Amino acid sequence: MRKFKRAMMVIASFLIVFMAACGQKGAQPKATQEAVKEIKPVSLTVSAAASLKNAMEEIKTAYANEKPNVEITYNFGSSGSLQRQIEEGADVDVFLSAATKQMDALEDKGLIIEDTRKNFLENKVVLVVPENSSEIIDFKDLSTDKVKKVGLGEPKSVPCGEYAEEVLTNLGLLDSIKGKAVYGKDVKEVLTWVETGNVDAGIVYETDAKVSDKVKIVARAPKGSVSPIYYPAAVIKTSENVDDAKAFINYLYSGKAKPVFEKYGFIFIEK
Amino acid sequence: MGMDLSPLWISAKTAFAATVVTFFLGLAAAWLLAGYRGKAKGIIDSVLTLPMALPPTVVGFFLLLVFGRNGPIGRLLYSLGTQVIFSWPATVIAASTVAFPLMYKTARGAFEQVDKNLIYAARTLGVSEWKIFWRITVPLAWPGIAAGAVLSFTRALGEFGATLMIAGNIPGKTQTIPIAIFFTAEGGEMGKALLWVVLIFVISFMMMSLMNYWNYYQSKNARIAGEGG
Repeated sequence: MRKFKRAMMVIASFLIVFMAACGQKGAQPKATQEAVKEIKPVSLTVSAAASLKNAMEEIKTAYANEKPNVEITYNFGSSGSLQRQIEEGADVDVFLSAATKQMDALEDKGLIIEDTRKNFLENKVVLVVPENSSEIIDFKDLSTDKVKKVGLGEPKSVPCGEYAEEVLTNLGLLDSIKGKAVYGKDVKEVLTWVETGNVDAGIVYETDAKVSDKVKIVARAPKGSVSPIYYPAAVIKTSENVDDAKAFINYLYSGKAKPVFEKYGFIFIEK
Repeated sequence: MGMDLSPLWISAKTAFAATVVTFFLGLAAAWLLAGYRGKAKGIIDSVLTLPMALPPTVVGFFLLLVFGRNGPIGRLLYSLGTQVIFSWPATVIAASTVAFPLMYKTARGAFEQVDKNLIYAARTLGVSEWKIFWRITVPLAWPGIAAGAVLSFTRALGEFGATLMIAGNIPGKTQTIPIAIFFTAEGGEMGKALLWVVLIFVISFMMMSLMNYWNYYQSKNARIAGEGG
């Protein structure tokens, strides 16, 4: 009987802690609704494709000057991972994807506010090698012995991986790199592999190559080898701060954000 | 089936190879430390147990530092024209490193339980140290050693974080079952992911049951033989 009582107490204390943790989350929205609208602090969670990291950090600082009461929390990852998180109910306000495929999937499931969706950036894919490498000069070299390992994004969840696969297929090189390809979970991981020399070459975005001084671009995806790379953005329907989310996304679409994105090598799409 | 079953073979090869490696390394370390009476015993023991206590990403980070292009061993390998990062041997290195503490700790505990008088008696009879170890100490410590081997195998089979960092995700070469599960789930292929989950569950369960039954059978026989003697 003693043992049973002890076990019950342990289980009960776990339940109490667990419910307290859950209760905390539920308590917040009510509290903010009762507070004064104008000066209430707002917390926005923005899930953004990994390639946007540098630009978005700079935008966060600029936006803090415009709207000091808005605190932005970034969640960077491959667009595929981010899409899955949102589908599984993650508490996200804004989603910035590196490909339309993931945004389409969310739209089909009715998870985005459709009139906030817009392609706002364009990017290009490039072939990069470590800074001090000299033998590789073109995509064609990937099929030769000069390249023992090539870093690519995992095609099913990483847009850059999907684009890379498209380029390689159109150049007739896809089969020759099988067995040499190491698949990463996001484009920044692939970039790091090239920077550290753990792979001989990698396919990343032009914007990633620009921010790194440890890699150099040896070739750009030839015209016609890959479909245009558009980055769509949208507000998530289940957002608890729709107005603030819309304000943020309109900022991204505005002339104020344009110079930041262009600084990092993105092509800004006007209205 | 049409589905790529290579993760199954890769995981099996890696887990078996890692178990063999950890078995001998773990036994050696356990034997050395069980007999060691120096002051650094505690520190050495902590260092050897660390890979189990630290998050696999920390283990992966250190392995990357050592075996990567710019690391001591990595640079040596590079000068010989090869690299171990993103190759199958890297899966064995990662799995062995995280499984080692399990083998080492269990074996050491088993060794320390062996009645020292039996060893002393053997020494007075002139038996060599090597023979003492393999014909007296190991058989007496066997239940603990076998348990260590089982634990090592299952830990090696389930290794993910460090493996991903130094072996990467190369289908057909380094994509183990845990890695396949991660990437198929991330890519939305839930059916495939579930298949691998079920498969690894079945394999782990079968291996553990088999080894437990074999161990039980062994110790039962030993007892009977002892009573008969």
